This record gives sequence, structure tokens and C-alpha cells, in this order.
Amino acid sequence: MRFHVGLFIPCYIDTFYPQVGIATLRLLERLGVEVVYPLKQTCCGQPLANSGSEHEAAACYRHFVDCFKGFDYVVTPSGSCAWQVKHHFDIIEQTDEVRHLRATTYELCEFLTDILKVDGLKARFPHRVGIHQSCHGLRLMKLASASELIERSYSKVRQLLNQVEGIEIVELDRKDECCGFGGTFSVVEPEVSAKMGRDRIADHERHGAEYITSYDMSCLMHLEGILRRQKKPLKIIHIAEILNS
Amino acid sequence: MTAHAKCAKKFLADEPRADWHDETLWLVRTKRDRAAAAVDEWEALREQASQIKEEALANLNGLLKQFEAEATKNGAKVLWATDAEEFNRIILDIIRQHKAMNVVKSKSMLTEECGMNAFLLKAGIEVVDTDLGERIIQFRHEMPSHIVLPAIHLKKEEIGATFHEKLGTAAGASDPVYLTHAARLHLRRKFLAAEVAMTGVNFAVAETGSVVVCTNEGNADMGVQAAPVQIHCMGIEKIIPRQRDLGVFTRLLARNATGQAVTTYTSHYMRPKPQGAMYIVIVDNGRFKHLTQRSYASSLKCIRCGGCLNTCPVFRRSGGHSYGYVIPGPIGSILAPERSRAGGIDLPFASSLCGSCSNVCPVKIDIHEQLYRWRQDLTLQRRTSFVKRVAMCVAGFVLSSNARYNFAGALGRFAVKYLPRFLLYLPLNVWGKARELPVPPRESFKQWYKRSHNQ
Repeated sequence: MRFHVGLFIPCYIDTFYPQVGIATLRLLERLGVEVVYPLKQTCCGQPLANSGSEHEAAACYRHFVDCFKGFDYVVTPSGSCAWQVKHHFDIIEQTDEVRHLRATTYELCEFLTDILKVDGLKARFPHRVGIHQSCHGLRLMKLASASELIERSYSKVRQLLNQVEGIEIVELDRKDECCGFGGTFSVVEPEVSAKMGRDRIADHERHGAEYITSYDMSCLMHLEGILRRQKKPLKIIHIAEILNS
Repeated sequence: MTAHAKCAKKFLADEPRADWHDETLWLVRTKRDRAAAAVDEWEALREQASQIKEEALANLNGLLKQFEAEATKNGAKVLWATDAEEFNRIILDIIRQHKAMNVVKSKSMLTEECGMNAFLLKAGIEVVDTDLGERIIQFRHEMPSHIVLPAIHLKKEEIGATFHEKLGTAAGASDPVYLTHAARLHLRRKFLAAEVAMTGVNFAVAETGSVVVCTNEGNADMGVQAAPVQIHCMGIEKIIPRQRDLGVFTRLLARNATGQAVTTYTSHYMRPKPQGAMYIVIVDNGRFKHLTQRSYASSLKCIRCGGCLNTCPVFRRSGGHSYGYVIPGPIGSILAPERSRAGGIDLPFASSLCGSCSNVCPVKIDIHEQLYRWRQDLTLQRRTSFVKRVAMCVAGFVLSSNARYNFAGALGRFAVKYLPRFLLYLPLNVWGKARELPVPPRESFKQWYKRSHNQ
């Protein structure tokens, strides 16, 4: 089946991590998806909403809808931005277009497991990798079972990484603790945010990870900032880059 | 920096101690996980508890009346207080009426909320807190830093020093068994001398008119059984409709609070002792008004287990005192903007919105959603800073247009690439205090896409 997919590349990936966008695009194309990247796209508006100014974000939401109307699916390499569209675009008028967009916006991993039902991915990444389960993707988008809930254990992320040749996934002491990025939280509460980041990094170091991966580059941007400041050898990599390797 | 962020910075200045605090509470969280996992129907229980609480809040007036009628039939005296001042006056009146001088009290966050101890002290009555943690912080003139573990911010050596000063224990002694024994002897004397014993209330059963108090130390019972006069203080939201509902909550409460299957003591108080008196004081203090706020009413379902505090990565790394409100942590952060006299407007922002709090909540309060909602409402009510509101307005302007967005992105990459480090990392760059800025790429994704797709 051929899907007409709109690719949404979040603002911080577009601006600072183009390689993640490229990996996402190539991965989807490799899997036979017809991908269109609407050139006028900007941002999902989360930085504003997260700061308490969602009403200031309404114009941004409408611009987003305008860019992404008419696709079968909208796919983005971010759990947090996907959640923003699905959950918080409720303050603009709920036209058919808006409702369709909200219902068909997917985070990359869940699009691969739930819609494309990817099995036997051809990728190779011979490294020790720790999975940072970014909170919105985990607890809100439910990409994996959360440690607080007494439920059947599952993970769409591992389901994909398990298909990667040579990868060794390291187990962490705290399997889904927040990294402390939290959008504007990172600058509103800089000390706590940085401390959470350092602790998250230490957990990966204790278990000998070479890479921290996540489906959210924003968390990784925060962790990378700390790693580089501390001149540590541990590296970050978006899951799209591993799946496309 | 916000008030919470400043206090958190102070808390984190002693990093090994902050780590100890974090690990101690994380251990409680893992105990909770094990206890919860041992109950197959855990998630169904949470749902049931949530529904019972919603039913109770929806029928609050009727249930409170029913409770009053039943309790009165049982021989208790039910008194009503609209606010903290009235509550404190009622308590003082009862104490004076019975010509009492010695008052003991088991754990009650409501009396903390109303500032009762300080009020009674001014009137010449010293209330002795009999929960061990509460007694420790009372000796030290501190506020509880946690609603279930009030002295969790203290190390045993500090408690040893306090007990040396107040109870005459050996200098330098910090053995918990030794210190606890000293506290028991001290509290025994207070129990025996008390004429009035006060307790908080965990649950008030409308059907039977009884109140239920859960403790691990038996201190509520020691007080109530020894003193002729007993006073139970409860907020209006403690009501549950039926006796059979109680089991749902007692199964959840201790497991979620400390990982115990049940609290050591679950005490049901129904009627006064022979020749004794039993008072139940029911307090509003802003709760009815809070209930009318649709987005936030469900926060009144809280059973004060402290689970959201233990799981909160911010609470564990900033300590309860950093919140500046009687109920700290995630639940306090959604109560404070409505109920704190100090405002508490920074607290909804003292969260990374990770959502762990909502997942552990035994009555399924959507805490992270309410934190998000408060952020929006505080902005609309113009309770956030003017500078921030202007900045957000500008950001909205930039992000709603392709051209403006592209320009801002290019400007950002240019700045990070070409500005000298001392300019880039001025104190204004809060991000850069502990982190490097991303390495600017040669081109944005959009530029790459246009180039490689000939657009």
C-alpha cells in the first residue's frame, strides 16, 4: 500500500540536527513510503504552550494545519511534538481538517511498528546503546510500558532496535526517569534540569553505554550539551539514525 | 529565577546530600512498585478508587449531611469551620471548655495548612506532635518537607544532635533504635499527661459516621485512648460514601505511600469513650470554591499518600521545603495556585511535565495535565511576568510564519557559529550555565531538502 505521508521535522531538528531529519526521510523512503516535506512548516508551538502561552500559539497551530492538510499521515521523529499536535491542538477550531490531522499524526517509531508493521529492518549498528525513554513518548504516547503502571511489558522502540544487527542494548538502573529537559523547564529551573541530566548520563555510564538514543532529539540536545561541557566520551544519537544505519 | 528554582539551587549546592535525598525517595518508589505489582488488580483498584472519590465529590453536600447525622447519632459532636481562622478558634474553644493544658496530636496536614500549632502557642497552649517525624521537626521549628515522611530531609546524625539538645540523649549518638527509644519514653509521658488528643482523618465514612485514621506508630491510638477528649480534624474532601469503599483505599494507601501492604494501624473512631467527649471538626478553607473550578476539582480526590512526591524527579532533587507550600511536590503544585496565600504561582512551572505523578496516583488525578492547565491559566490571569508574556507573544509571531521562522533559525545558527564564546555564554544564556549549545550545522534540514530536491 502506498501512503501519502507528510514529514514534520521539528524546529530544533531543522535548525541544529539536520542529519536526524535526513535519516528519517531516507528511512521512510527506503521502506517504500512516499514522503513529502512541506517547505513552509515551522514548529508545533510546544515551546509556547509549555510556557503557558498556548493562546499565543494558536496562529502557529493554524499555520501547521495549513502546511499538513491533505496527507494520509503526518510522521515526525519526535514523541513530544507528535503529542503536542494530537493532544493540545484542541484550542483551535476543530474543522474536519484539524480532526483528521490530529488523528493521523504519528511519532516515527509507532508509525513504523503500527502502520508499516516493519519487520526485518536492514540496519547495522554494532555498539552498546542505552535507551532514554523520553517522557511524552513513553507516558503520553505510550510507546512502551511505563514503570509506574502495572501492565504487560512492551516497547515499540525495542521492537525496532531488536531488528538492528550488532546492537547491544544496555539495561539502566532507572529505566524511564526523566532527563530534565522539559522544554522551557530547562531554563526556568536550570539547576534541577542540569542535575537530572547529569544523573541520567551517569546511569548510562555505569552500564557501559557508548551511545544514548531516544526518539526525542530535544532530550538528547540537553544531554549532549551536558556531555560536551563535561568533555565525556558518551555520545547521543537519534533512533532514526540507528534505524537508517 | 523563580522562588522554587532559587531554593532548588540552594538544595543542590550540597550535591552528595541531594543525591542521598534522591536515592532515599527512589528506594521508597521502588518499594511501592513491588507492592503494587503484587496486586494483580492494581490498575482496576486505582480506577475504582478514582470513581468512588468522584462520586463522593459530586455528592459532597449530601454525604457531609449524612455523615453529620450519623456521627451525631453515635454521640460525636460535629463542628464546621469555613476557614483556617474559624478552625483554630473552634479548637481553642474546645480546649478551653475542657480546661485542658496538655494537648497531643497525631499527623494532620490540615492543622499544618491552618497554622494551628502556632495559633495555639500564642494562646499559651503547646501542642505536642506525636508522630516521630513530626516531633523531630517540631523540636527544630521546621515545616514538614514531605506529607508522609515529614523529616525525610534530615540525616540521623542531625536528629541525634536535636535529641541530645531536647531529650538529653548521649552526645554524638545517632543509632536509630536508641533515638527512637528515647522519643518513645518522652512521648509516653506526653500521652499520659494529655487531656486532649487530636488526630487528622484519612477517611470519613458517611454511612457510619465514623472516621478512620491510618498510622504506622499507633500514636493516634495512644493519644485518643489515654485522653478524655478526642478531636478529629478533617477537610470536607475526606468523605467516602460507604464502609465497603474503605477497603479499596486502605489497599492502595500504604502500598503507594511506603510499599507496605497496609499501615500498621488502621483505627476506626466512632463514639466517645465513657465520660469522654469526641469532636469532629470539618473544614472548608477554600475547598468548596476549589471544587467549582472544573479543570482543577479532581485534585480534591487526593488521599495524601505522597506517591507523587516520591516519584517526582524534581521533588527528589529540590526537597520539600523548596516548594514553599504546606503540601509540596506535584500535588501541592496544582493546589497552591488556588489555595496558597503566598500565591504559589511558580510551582506549576517547577515540573518537567514527565507525567510520572499521574501514573502513580492511586486515585488517578491527572496531575501533569493540571500543571499544564495552570500554566495557561496563570498567563491568562496575568499572574506571570510581563517580560515573559511579551517574549511569548514575539515567539508566537516568529513561529507562525515560514519566512520569520527561517530567518530566526539562520540567525541562531549564525550566532552560535560566529559569536565569540564570552559573548555567547554571558549569564543571560541560562541554557549555557551547565550545557554547551548545539554545534551549528552547515545548513538546516530545510536548506538541505531544498538543495537536494532542486526546489
